[in-house]
Amino acid sequence: MTPLIATTAGGPLLVLAILLPAAGVLLSLALGGRAAEKVALGLTPLGFALAWLIAMQVAAAGAPLVYAIGGLPPPLGIALRADGISAVMLLVTAIIVAAAGFYARAKFATPDGTAESRSALTFWIMLQAIWAALNLIFVGGDLFNLYVALELLTFAAVPLVCIDGRPETLAAALRYLLFALFGSICYLLGVALLYGAYGTLDISLLSQRVQPEAIVWTAAALMTAGLLAKTALFPLHLWLPPAHANAPAAASAVLSGLVVKGSFFLALRLWFYVLPALPSAAPGAVLGALGSAAAVVGSVLALRQARLKLLVAYSTVAQIGYLFLVFPLGLGAHAWSALGWGGGLMQILAHAFAKAAMFFSAGLLAEALGHDQIAGLRGAARALPLTFLTLGLGGLSLMGLPPSGGFEAKWLMLRTSAASGQWIWSLPILAGGLLAAGYVYRILAPALAEGEIELRARPQRARELIALALAMTALVLGFAPQGFFDFIEIGRPLAAMSAP
Amino acid sequence: MSVLPILDVGLAFLVVGLAAWTVAARNLFASVVGYVAYGLLLALVWIRLYAPDVALTEAAVGGGVTGVLLITAGKRLGALEKDEAGATPALALKIVAGALALFVAGALAWVVVTLPDPAPTLAPAAAAAADGPGAGLGNPITAVLISYRSFDTMLEKVVLILAVIGVWSVGADSAWGAAPAPLGRPQPAGAMVLLAQILAPIGALIGVHIFWVGADAPGGAFQGGALLAAMWMAAMMARLTEPPRIDARWLRLALVAGPAVFLVIGFAGLGLAGDFFAFPPAFAKPLILFIETFMVLSIAVALPLLVAGPPNGRSAR
Repeated sequence: MTPLIATTAGGPLLVLAILLPAAGVLLSLALGGRAAEKVALGLTPLGFALAWLIAMQVAAAGAPLVYAIGGLPPPLGIALRADGISAVMLLVTAIIVAAAGFYARAKFATPDGTAESRSALTFWIMLQAIWAALNLIFVGGDLFNLYVALELLTFAAVPLVCIDGRPETLAAALRYLLFALFGSICYLLGVALLYGAYGTLDISLLSQRVQPEAIVWTAAALMTAGLLAKTALFPLHLWLPPAHANAPAAASAVLSGLVVKGSFFLALRLWFYVLPALPSAAPGAVLGALGSAAAVVGSVLALRQARLKLLVAYSTVAQIGYLFLVFPLGLGAHAWSALGWGGGLMQILAHAFAKAAMFFSAGLLAEALGHDQIAGLRGAARALPLTFLTLGLGGLSLMGLPPSGGFEAKWLMLRTSAASGQWIWSLPILAGGLLAAGYVYRILAPALAEGEIELRARPQRARELIALALAMTALVLGFAPQGFFDFIEIGRPLAAMSAP
Repeated sequence: MSVLPILDVGLAFLVVGLAAWTVAARNLFASVVGYVAYGLLLALVWIRLYAPDVALTEAAVGGGVTGVLLITAGKRLGALEKDEAGATPALALKIVAGALALFVAGALAWVVVTLPDPAPTLAPAAAAAADGPGAGLGNPITAVLISYRSFDTMLEKVVLILAVIGVWSVGADSAWGAAPAPLGRPQPAGAMVLLAQILAPIGALIGVHIFWVGADAPGGAFQGGALLAAMWMAAMMARLTEPPRIDARWLRLALVAGPAVFLVIGFAGLGLAGDFFAFPPAFAKPLILFIETFMVLSIAVALPLLVAGPPNGRSAR
């Protein structure tokens, strides 16, 4: 395969997808105050349109879009590339960022009588920064450029955790920062080793030069460890529950639904795109085992939480575990790899939509009741039917019941584990599903029971509908046509060899 | 035999020894001082490796700005009560962490020693490209940073801005818009004032010089900007000037100026030279210097704000 280093038609769109939210960050800080919200919300339709155009171009070309920045191709210059999974992730990010933005207006409007407020300015700037960083992660073609993207993502995500300013949120943010910086350093060390060994940082060029030797294994281990810390894979998950549960709901949705997927996406890029030359059985087994442990431990811990937001956060720890089954089920040039790849991608999407919807709902519920103690939910479903409908539908996808994206993901993974003879991976998938049913029941059962409940305030119908729309999207993913799975095959290395 | 190899070996032992001492030091302040000295020694190592650009950056950031940041943080930690400072980690945890660090260091040392010789590198390509398309500069480092890897450089400045906003965001709601607390003591020592009065103008001049010659000689926007930042900090520590209000319009514009100008010119590249972030060959050098001028400004403003911390006191509304 020839390396993808020359600009193709549609390539300039990739630069725009990154620069648009980055320009929004600069503009928001320069103008300050109320303008930040207007800039952020104003950019959301443009960003979505760009993502849509990129997806159309990728589909039309049937091959990745490439842009060599400054007309200076790699190895000295930087290339951006968008393949099938890049385009899908750009679209999902544009949708969830927009949803979070419109959902957050009620909480992060600049109060009357003040020119600028701390939490509002921070939220709108960091939301756009996360968007820019994720877009760069999805289309970056250069390992160091991707490091810059990781740094952008970290420095945008951490302040959102402590935006409420309570002492426990500061402690959670600091712990998140330390884990994330540890991850950055490990990743950067690995990048430096790869450059030292092969003299290039370009993913496409590296994939042709990489040999299974000691330095590559060292670099791969360091980079993977760093990315696992940022993705909060068990046993490096300790920072996630306090961070995601203490952030405001709009931020939690973005952090849980999208931000942890950013570092996971880089782990996919590393193993599927940079290192296809390495034997895949051993790393696949290690990552799959950690993922399985996460799915079980995370679910068990979710079952024991007293607060709804903490339960939802521990559920993220479990659902991240499933993502890592894509490594044993999708790596390598096997007939069944495409099936496992599709399952992994579907799990990213289904969890992103379902989890964002559940955090939005948890936030609405906490505002309406004044608390989010699960023990105090008796009769709440009667008072907040739409919110609980959303929690139930999101939970359906987390459990993996049909029809839902979560079901589709698990079904594909189960089929792959059968087709590949790796039946062992079906155990955590099934056990995790049962446990998820348990923790979703824990939310719904008291809420549906008889009881009198007093609402402090009735949630806005528009915000409930935003959450419901995301949950419905998670369900609709279950009906993804074959065309979707063909689309995410575009640009996958070894795809040609493992055609089903 | 030249004396240089012996000096190199001595330098290497000194760096490792100082690193170990910094980790082992019981006293926080001693540890910070060790770290600053370590940064300066590392700068010497980079000079011996013929990387003066990296040496300048290491001295300015590793020795200078980070040192001030750590001393400030150390002073605040020292003011905490014993029980607020948190428990020290258990012995078992220390042993596990130490063993893991040793293992990683050993693996790194092993693979670095077994690197191919000569190592594959893009350095000749970068040297050839310095006066090639889109740059026209004598210093290949600057050419790579501003032209070939413009995207990295521009986005790193956005990271710097996010860090500043992140620091501001941990302040109190009521303080938003106000200035950070003064850096120095109410009555700074006479020596500090004298030093700032004499050093700051000279240092500022050197900072501008380092940035200006960066196009053709070692130096550049980051090194120059970091030096300017250090001089502003020195002036603030001597209370010759105070940290600015964080809602000041000039401050906001100075912060975003570097990446914003870079972004606008990069965008215009599509029309002027056919690609985003491409420079028309005839104007490459003036355009690069124009971008770098604003980068220096943004860096010189951002670094002291990171040290100054969140806004303090009541904002005037």
